[in-house]
Parts: sequence; structure tokens; C-alpha cells
Amino acid sequence: MRYIPLTDDDRRAMMEAIGIEDIDELFADVPAEFRYPDLQLPAPLTEMEVMRELDMMAAENANLREFASFLGAGAYNHFVPAIVDTIISRGEFYTAYTPYQPEISQGHLQAAFEYQSMVAALTGMEAVNASHYDGSTAVAEAAIMAVNIQRHKRRTIVVSPTLHPQYREVLRTYVQGMDMKVIGDETHDNDFHALIDLTDDDTALVIVQNPDFLGQLHTPQEMQDLADAVHAKGALLAVATDPIALGILKPPGEYGADIVTAEGQVLGNSLSFGGPYLGIFAFRMKHVRKSSGRLVGETVDADGNRGYVLTLSTREQHIRREKATSNICSNQALNALAAAAYLAAMGKHGLRKVAELSWHKAHYAAQQIHQIDGYEVVMDKPFFKEFVVKCPRPVAEINRYLLEEYGIIGGYDLSRDYPHLGDAMLLCVTEMNTREEIDDLVIALGEAQSPHIHLNLEVSL
Amino acid sequence: MKFDDYIYDLSSPGRTGVDLPDPDVPETPIPEEFLRDDLPLPELSLPQVTRHYLRLSQKNYAVDKGFYPLGSCTMKYNPKVNEWAARLPGFANVHPLQDPHTVQGAMSLMYELQAMIGEIAGFDAVSLQPAAGAHGEFTGVLIMRAAQLARGETQRHKILVPDSAHGTNPASTSMAGFTAVQIPSDKDGNVDIEALKAALDDEVIGIMITNPNTLGLFESHIVEVCNLVHEAGGLVYGDGANLNAIMGIVRPGDLGVDVMHFNLHKTFSTPHGGGGPGSGPVGVTAELAPFLPGPIVDMTEEGDEYVWRTPEKSIGRIKSFYGNFGVMVRAYTYIKMHGAEGLRQVSEIAVLNANYMQARLLQMGDYPIPYGHRFCKHETVAQGKIPGAEGVHTLDIAKRLIDYDFHPPTIYFPLIVSEALMIEPTETEDKETIDAFLDALDKIADEARENPELLHEAPHNAPVRRLDEVRAARHPILVRLPAPAT
Ligand SMILES: Cc1ncc(COP(=O)(O)O)c(C=O)c1O
Repeated sequence: MRYIPLTDDDRRAMMEAIGIEDIDELFADVPAEFRYPDLQLPAPLTEMEVMRELDMMAAENANLREFASFLGAGAYNHFVPAIVDTIISRGEFYTAYTPYQPEISQGHLQAAFEYQSMVAALTGMEAVNASHYDGSTAVAEAAIMAVNIQRHKRRTIVVSPTLHPQYREVLRTYVQGMDMKVIGDETHDNDFHALIDLTDDDTALVIVQNPDFLGQLHTPQEMQDLADAVHAKGALLAVATDPIALGILKPPGEYGADIVTAEGQVLGNSLSFGGPYLGIFAFRMKHVRKSSGRLVGETVDADGNRGYVLTLSTREQHIRREKATSNICSNQALNALAAAAYLAAMGKHGLRKVAELSWHKAHYAAQQIHQIDGYEVVMDKPFFKEFVVKCPRPVAEINRYLLEEYGIIGGYDLSRDYPHLGDAMLLCVTEMNTREEIDDLVIALGEAQSPHIHLNLEVSL
Repeated sequence: MKFDDYIYDLSSPGRTGVDLPDPDVPETPIPEEFLRDDLPLPELSLPQVTRHYLRLSQKNYAVDKGFYPLGSCTMKYNPKVNEWAARLPGFANVHPLQDPHTVQGAMSLMYELQAMIGEIAGFDAVSLQPAAGAHGEFTGVLIMRAAQLARGETQRHKILVPDSAHGTNPASTSMAGFTAVQIPSDKDGNVDIEALKAALDDEVIGIMITNPNTLGLFESHIVEVCNLVHEAGGLVYGDGANLNAIMGIVRPGDLGVDVMHFNLHKTFSTPHGGGGPGSGPVGVTAELAPFLPGPIVDMTEEGDEYVWRTPEKSIGRIKSFYGNFGVMVRAYTYIKMHGAEGLRQVSEIAVLNANYMQARLLQMGDYPIPYGHRFCKHETVAQGKIPGAEGVHTLDIAKRLIDYDFHPPTIYFPLIVSEALMIEPTETEDKETIDAFLDALDKIADEARENPELLHEAPHNAPVRRLDEVRAARHPILVRLPAPAT
């Protein structure tokens, strides 16, 4: 009976204890004219039937176990060791809720504390929260936090045009009622000097991404110079980053970032068509009381043994209500657990290797593609695992060819977000892409540029 | 090995958990200036990692382990078929930016889910993008703001919030740049109508109302509340956290609610994950539909293909991509297995269980229930004020319940009930468990009178004793890393 254990006898006994004869009596205070609507929903299915239906629905999607993919742009196909799913499938973890009762939540609390610690190690920061919703809302929360740190005296956020377009969109959605300004991405000038020029005594925060949305890397020295310039003007610096890249690259904590955010999906979380993901949020300890989101802290119990609790909750909505630093309540705890399990399993050596493999394969792909007639890798800076390719025809057409003829999911079409780049795609290569896949991609791209293909394609579609 | 070894304490130089293949392409040197000096992550082998997390898991209470009557959180059973579904490769290994032609199955699931939850709660349009309840609230308040601005009502800046509301309601209000104005409750636990009338003016954007409210009570004047707010030019936001009480019983949209969030992780059985992920879709009336965050899934006019569509006057994107899709798959599975009649039964039994608890608690007489003169809905709010045990507080009772192997109810919320014990059994508990919980409360009341120390020092059989939260907040330690090797 669909997860309801009560028997008819139970029901009768319970109604008797309540003093009613019919369950309807419990709903007498619901306005009669609206009571018991006739809901138009599909007829119920048994578990066997629903599994069959879901199997079919899932099979209608091209999944990356079967298709080679070079798509990134904020969600990445990285390897997830089997142990991660084993750990997050423990009922003790995934069927619990927020650890309001620390004595019976030590497992989750310790795992969350270890997550905070490992992410601090990775980002080079002093403090990390238990999670935000995803990489985009982490950026928006960083902006709000910065304005709070500046006691609302500074209310402008300067964003780099190569911060993920969706992050910039979410940031603008968040602050639309808050009397804050978001500037910096009106042009596509990605020069840090332009951002520094825009920074003035109303600037609360400058946000850049490194590696940026187009894959480019700024050197630690450039980043440090940016941080120094921003700080000299009294503003703060937030850096959105790629946790996988930090397996080899100098972390933002070492070049002056005040807040570090990231999309943590790459750490052991499946692509899952865009969510649930993980908003990584790290910051300097001196700003902890202005930070948002749950924090797990170390303490001791009545016997003096080490234990963990949710802490500094006077910043949060359930205590501070309208004066809270954020409204966040449920977060992405299980995704953070996946990230912790991933970092523990991969460890120092595994993560470094993932980063190195991504680097080498991406660079091999870029070199090969650059040699194809009609294509050009346009990167004026070093890159990590993503790079921009100028294409001889619209990306949508090329991608259709790759998919139809080679079963390859091509790169992200940049024409909407960065029209000045012309027909350009953002390609992503990770440790999951084999040399064979890359070589196929190169062949397919070569073929796709021929005008004859266009005709064929029209027929086949 | 000690039971609670810290992960870094298990680390030894040179251990690796996961091997990866060597590069199958020529290597490209990485410029020195970019490289980090050290990567202070632990070095472990997989047997250690497995054991570490399994042991940690055993120190956690969870729905799969026992009764978890955490009020306002709807800790119902999380069906295992949902987990199976979300892990299907065609759902779990699909990239959000793929060509829509290659993800029609996933889009059809979202399209149907939009339609089904809209139908359940009586709304014309739904966006699945918000990541949790509070995120849905924030989205809803921004939608109300946008709608008021579109009506030319630029002077409106206040949102009325009943004093029983969840903390996220006022917090979402101020994040949207508005002022929260508190409305008191009346003696029956409803919104005080006179106070509401007095507060309604042309500066009010609208009201945020939770129904059933956090006292577990149906707002019996809900239609009047909606009418009054609408007459004053305001909009009505419904906090849908408590929808588990009224599926197939009544639809908030029919009652006059203009915009509402759902908590898929409560009502529709998706697991709480130790604090998340949730999913907080927002449903709206036709008037507000143009303001929804996008993209949402639509169908072409020919009805042969699913497409992404961003509503014309959208408040903008509230999250990357489309929302917590993996959570949507679980909720979809649940709804498809229930149908209209099954969902109504869920709500009826959730309410039956709560009223049974309330009736027995009233009969027991040890835990006052301020609004016990009314039938409750999915939860009841009692007080930890045991007669004859004045030094004992709700916190002590909660901690003592742990010794009886139960998860305590929500405590000290709602704020308008002192020493609150907010108990939500849900429909998935058997009567024996509910009776055992009530018997434990009964025994605890006796213990409170006879041996209050037993309660003050509880829990006694948990993995740890009571924790020093003051110390944690005074000297926050949020990160512990080994000292760098010298
Ligand atoms: C009444 C009520 N409203 C809103 C929320 C917020 O939901 P979420 O935690 O999903 O953000 C909760 C969550 O506990 C709640 O109980």
C-alpha cells in the first residue's frame, strides 16, 4: 500500500482514540467549496511499471557513457570512482536531515567538517561553509557577503566578462531588489586594467574567474596584482575557480582572494542534467561572521571528547530571521559529502593526476584542431581544460554533424554569449576523453567544414 | 584505530586511492609559474576510505534507521526506487547543455512534473529551477515584486509575515530588498484578521502565508485573508512546505494563493541528504506566469517536441541550468506511483497520524498543546512544560528521547509557542512506532519529575555526550589541517 503501513484495524483504533468516525472530520476547517478537488493526474503505476517507463524515458537521452563529449561550460564530465556512490548511498547519510541534534549526527557533522577542511586545503583559504546551492548562487552570495562586510557603504559589484554568463545572470537576479549595481561586463574587454579602472569607492567586490569561462588562465602574478589593486581601492576580490584545476594550479588563497567560489560538481558529483550540484564557498576567517550558509565547527562534549556541531548560527535565518546573512536553509549537504568522499579517495596524487591528464589531453586536442583547415584555436593566454575554437561555419551546424555522423557531443556554442567571437565553440577535454575520441573529433571537424556536408545534413535531418 | 579518527590522521605519504591511466597523448609541459607548491589533501587507500565513511555513517540517525518526527520537515520514507531512477545513465550522465534533441526524455520528465505539481496545488505555470524551499521563496518574492512594478505600484515595499512563519520567510523578504512586517496570530492559531486589516495599505507587496501553518493548523480564514490582501492590491505568497497535509484535500491556488513554492524533498519523498539537496519549484497563477525564472520546458505548437522557453518578463535565472534535476526524477517517480487517489491517501494518513498523537498527548496531560482544541493537520505543536518538573526544558526532553532511540521533534519552533516540541509523524510510520514514541514521552515525563538529572545529562547512549556549542561559537574552528611538513 504505497509506503503506508497502517492496517484497517490501526485506522479504526486511531480514529476511536481521536473521537472521530471518519477521516473527513479532520478536514472540516477546509472551506467546503474547495474541498476534495478532482485532481487530473495519470493513473498510479506499480514499481514494476514505473521502472519500465523510466527506463524508456532515460533511454531517450544521449548519455555520456555512450557518447563521447567535449561539452563543458560549467558542468564537467570527470571520473567518479565507484566508492563515492557507495558512500552517499548509505541510508544513514542520505535519509538524515540537517544535523540539528549533534549527538546523533556526528557522522554527518564530522564528514562535513572534513569537507570544509579539504576544500580549505584545495583553495588555500582559511574557512569554508558547508555548501551553497551551486557555483552560480555561491557567486551571488559572495556579492551579498561583500556588501555586508562593507556595511552597505559600497554597493557596486564589478564582474569580469569572462565570469560564467549564467553566474552573472544569477547574480543580477539576486540583487535586483537590493539597490546594488553590477557592472564590468558591458564590453568583452577582459583586461584586468579595465576592471581595476571600474573599481572605485562604491565597489564592494570584484569577481573574476580563473580559469575563466573561456578556459584562459591568468598567472598567479597577474592575479596577485589584481588583488593588490582591488584592495588598494578598498574593495574585495572574489575568484570563481575550477576545483579540478587546483589539483596542479596555485590556489586563489595564495594570490590574494578574499572569497573563493566554485562549482563543486566536478568533485564526485554526476552531471545529472544540471543538478543537484555543489556551491563551494571559501573565505577569510576574519569575515566569518558576515558569511552565509551553514558552518560546522569543532568542539568537545561533556566528557571532553572531540565532537562537531553546527556553529555561528546566529548569522542564519532560523535565529536572525530578516537580519540573517542569507535565507539559505536546506543546502547541498549530500553533494558536499560526495565531494569529500571524492577528495578522500582521489587524495593528493589522484587529484593531481586528474588535473594533469585534463591539461595534456586538452592541449593535444587544441594542437590537432588548430591544424585543421578553417579552424583556429584562439587563445591569447594559456588554458587549462577548455579552449575557444573559431569555426568555419555556425557551431550548431557543426555540432549536428558531429552528433549525427560520429556520435560526438561537440562544444558549447559561444555565439549567443560572446557574439564578437563569431562562429566559435568552447571545447572541453578531460581525463575521460581518450585519444581515439579526440582523433575522431579532429576528423569529424575536418569533414564538417565542407560545404557539401551541409547538403547531406539537410537530407539526413 | 580509534572510532572517530579524523581523516587526515589516517593519511600516510605515498598512499593512493584511485589509479588513473597514464596519458595516451603527447604531454605538454605546464609552465612552472602556474604550479602550486603543495596539495595538502590526505593520502589514503580505498579500504581506509570505505571504513572511515561507514563508521561515520553509523554515528548518524536517519529515517532508514528509525522514527524522525522532525516537525516542518516531513521526514517520510524515501523510496528506494527513486534512487534507482535518479541513477539511470540516461538521467545521471546527461550534460545540461546538450542539444535539446538529445535530451527529450529528460525534458519530458520535467514537463510532466511541471504539469503534475501545478495540478496538485492549483497553479497555471511552474518553474522547477529553485534549488530548495528558501530559494523558491526568494524567487516568489522577486516575482511578486516584478508583478507589482509591472502594475505601476512602485511604492510597495512591505511584505506581511505572520509571527508563526519559518525564518526563511522574513529572510527571503529582506534579500529581495523589502521590509518584513510581522502579523500576530489569534487565539486559535490563525492569522489575526483585525491585525491584518490594520497592516494592509498601499505599501504592501503582499503576504507570505504558510498553510497549514507552522502550528500544524489549517488557516480557517484563508479565503478571507486572500481576499483582503487582493482587495488591498497585494499578492499572496504560499509557503508550500506543509503541502503533505492537503494533497487531494484542497489546492492553495483555488483558495487565492498567487505564488507558492513546493518542497520536493518534503512532500514528494526525495531524501533530505543530511541537509540537502532539496528542490523548491515555484507555481504561479496565469497573471504571474510571465515573471517565472527560466528556462522552463515547453512544447512546440505541433506538440511534437520539447523546447526551452524563458518567460517574457522573467525575473531572470535563479540558478545555473534548470534546477536540481536528480531530485525532480525522484519526485516524478513518487507522484507517478501514487496518482490522485494515492496522494490524497498520503495526506489523510499523515493527518490521521498527527491527530492520533495529539489526542494521546492531550490524554496523557504531560505536554500542553496550546491549540489542542482544534484538529491539527500534518503535525502538532506541544510544549515541554511537564507539570511538576519545572526545571526541565524542551531541550532536556529532546535529548532524553535520543536515549530511547528516537530522533527528537523540531524544538523551539515556531517561536510563538514557548518550549515548543513540533511533532510531525508523516504517513509512513506504523502505529507500533508511534505508540512506542508516545510511551517514551510518557516515561520521560515521569523521569522528569522523579530524576530530572537524568534528563539534564541526556543523552546517555549516543556516540557523544552533549556538545559544547558555546565554545564552538566563541572560538570557531572550521578547518583542521595537518601542520605543513618542514
Ligand atoms: C515552513 C517552512 N518554510 C520554508 C522552509 C525552507 O525550505 P528549505 O529548507 O528547503 O529551504 C522550511 C524548511 O525547513 C519550512 O519548514
